[in-house]
Amino acid sequence: MGDILRLVSKRLGLGLVILLIISVIIFFMVELLPGDIAEAVLGQGATEENLAAMREQMGLNKPAIVRYLEWLSGAVMFDFGSSIVTQEPVISVIGERFMNTLFLAAYAAVIAVPFAIVLGVIVALLRNSIFDRVANVLTLTSISSPEFFLGYILILYFSVKWGMFPAIASLSEGMSFGQLLERTFLPALTLVLVVVAHMMRMTRAAIINLLASPYIEMARLKGTPPWKVIVKHALPNAWAPIINVVALNLAYLITGVVLVEVVFVYPGVGQALVDAVSKRDFPVVQACCLIFAATFILLNLAADVGAILTNPRLRHPK
Amino acid sequence: MTKISNQKMMDRLAEAARTGGISRRSFMHYSAAAGVTASAATGLWTTAANAAPKKGGTFRFGIHDGNSSDTHDPGTYVSRQQIYLAHQYRSYLTMINPDGSLGSDLATSWEANADASVWTFEINPNASFHSGKPVTAQDVKDSLNHHRGDSSTSAAKALLTSVTDIQTDGDHTVVISLAQGIADIPWLMTDYHFAICPSDGNGGIEWKSGDGSGPYRIDGGDWGTQWDLSRHDGWHLEGAYFDKIFMIVLNDPNARQTALVTGDVDAISLVDLKTKALLERNKNIVLESVPSAAAITMPMFCDTAPFNDVNVRNALKLSMDRDEVISKIAFGEATKGNDFHHSPAMPYWPADIEQREYDPDKAKSLLKKAGAENLSVSIHTADSVFSGAVDMCVLYSEHAKKAGIDVKVVREPNDGYYSDVWLKKSFTAVSWGARPTPDVMYSLAYKSDAAWNESRWQNEEFNNLLLQAKAELDDGLRAEMYRDMAILARDDGGTLIPFFNNFVYARSSKVMRGDNLAASWELDGARAPSRWWFAS
Repeated sequence: MGDILRLVSKRLGLGLVILLIISVIIFFMVELLPGDIAEAVLGQGATEENLAAMREQMGLNKPAIVRYLEWLSGAVMFDFGSSIVTQEPVISVIGERFMNTLFLAAYAAVIAVPFAIVLGVIVALLRNSIFDRVANVLTLTSISSPEFFLGYILILYFSVKWGMFPAIASLSEGMSFGQLLERTFLPALTLVLVVVAHMMRMTRAAIINLLASPYIEMARLKGTPPWKVIVKHALPNAWAPIINVVALNLAYLITGVVLVEVVFVYPGVGQALVDAVSKRDFPVVQACCLIFAATFILLNLAADVGAILTNPRLRHPK
Repeated sequence: MTKISNQKMMDRLAEAARTGGISRRSFMHYSAAAGVTASAATGLWTTAANAAPKKGGTFRFGIHDGNSSDTHDPGTYVSRQQIYLAHQYRSYLTMINPDGSLGSDLATSWEANADASVWTFEINPNASFHSGKPVTAQDVKDSLNHHRGDSSTSAAKALLTSVTDIQTDGDHTVVISLAQGIADIPWLMTDYHFAICPSDGNGGIEWKSGDGSGPYRIDGGDWGTQWDLSRHDGWHLEGAYFDKIFMIVLNDPNARQTALVTGDVDAISLVDLKTKALLERNKNIVLESVPSAAAITMPMFCDTAPFNDVNVRNALKLSMDRDEVISKIAFGEATKGNDFHHSPAMPYWPADIEQREYDPDKAKSLLKKAGAENLSVSIHTADSVFSGAVDMCVLYSEHAKKAGIDVKVVREPNDGYYSDVWLKKSFTAVSWGARPTPDVMYSLAYKSDAAWNESRWQNEEFNNLLLQAKAELDDGLRAEMYRDMAILARDDGGTLIPFFNNFVYARSSKVMRGDNLAASWELDGARAPSRWWFAS
């Protein structure tokens, strides 16, 4: 156990360094964009006088490096500052939207992960059968199509033609949990279709890989039924690569939903990020990107820890 | 036919007339078939189609151009979300009526002194904010002052530079003094920035709270997602028939149109012209196309070669086939431009000026006169200017080939187009929002010393006329001056105006509207929620 704790603390420390580097890169990328925040806020209609007054009010007259260090000194104390445009704390600008994104990702994950793994086990069991081929073709088709296209197809059939689910996933206060699940079903389904293939095929490949091992042959020779061979004997040894792929896809669910949010008008953090970039609202951009980066770092760490915990050889190294 | 089936048919006809599903002509025709006399049918048509507005219902409308970073500050209003919302929960002094005339909002009356340099507005004593506080002259004064002064960050500051003083006279009278006479002040007050907010008591305004005196009060909502409002029962004007309105931000054109098709919303603020024809086939949807004062312009620097020769400028203006541009780029939903920035949707429009047509031969001869044969110019544009901007320039380049002009299309980045390209490159494509009067438009972008004189055009006669017309209170004389100015801009100016784009939006056939639609913004001048109603 001590090894795992050491690994976790080492990786978390590295993660912090990575976050710092990312924050520097993001800050100067935003600075490099043509036009500045005052121009973006006042739009086409601004005069030089307006812009000067606006820059003064927003504190843009200070050098970039000073503004970055000011932000950083707050950020190390977990104060991510206020949006330059709306003057509201960053937490209140993206807090609720981030929860919405997490909810959608969780909704999709709860469906996708068990579905993909069970499907992976079944196709491994029935490998090279018609079922295997069909499942592969369907999931590969869905992963190969862009998300927005899948979203439009689902909208066309499920809401325009059959009227089963609403086409827009706008949320309102006082919705019951059931209504919430119904409203967000189509975006969640889109995400499920996008991530299932990867996880399913990794499960299938990892299991089939093990089926040639002598201990599987032993299990077969002693008369274990095929499904038991796979679930009881092959799967426990296949967990490591599967967990890795699941973690990667979970990270994708959180960071890659921008297009799905646009198609279904879902109030997630992606739209806030796009708006913040177009307005050059650096503190909001920074907070969104750091959340995404931290998500990747934490989920990768979780994947490694998971791989170690499921593998006795790594848990008890000689 | 039996009496009962006749009655049924008449009921169905009346229903069709009310929802706009049948023309007056067909209505009369079918009524006659059902055995109704012509005069009775006329009466039926009138009552059915013009049924009195009915109160009630929740109006949900989907809008484009909404950001999560928008705010309530009227000085930084720029997105459609802010502008549409402002017309629901806040009031203005005046408003543009559906028929294009100027009408009352908060101001019940207004008058000028003889040279139009002092304006007096009387505020409606029945007007109140949603918090219950009456709207006073002080609120109006502080709201207008929000856009004035050295420290103001308002984008509307330029519109009020001539204002020298704003005073209150009692609780309901506001007096605006100007450095020079401006006859357009009441029109100017319809500008979306000049929303009246509650005073904070220290000469500023309290804009953060979202309190206003408009037809609907804000119940809740978030920028970039959705706003829920309910009727303000003490509203000072007629209208506001809906109990509640939901304004939903639907930036994606597909999401917006799908929401209308599936009935998730009752109206949308912008229809994608590429798919307009498909939407038109749906019988439950009515498309509206309103000629507007919004324009696409292509300014050339009149002080920079080769555009410093008026013959070159006019040759370039003659080298565009506007009809093809309108049919291919604007899908027919536009008014043809005639190279002066004054649309038929603005007051004082001169109808009798000859339309400039595509004439490559005349263009060639003008170039010969200028000694500029084999002319080669670059037009700078970007996709973000308007949907189809780059395509329009490529099409123009093909048209100009016939006149022997080589037009190179330079595609610029979308980001920072208006800070790095517009006013900096000598020939660009620009999209202008609608302005209420020709004076506002010409003063902003055609006056010799205007900050946005995008064509760098200097014409003394034009500038003098502009100053004269500004303070002229006689409408007839004013219209004549604007006609002269239009001819000057058309024949000497440096701006090619391909078209004035229409506002194209859509509503469910369950939603009724008045006879006219205001041309100031989409959705009936952004006031559909207080002007439209549900069919019973």
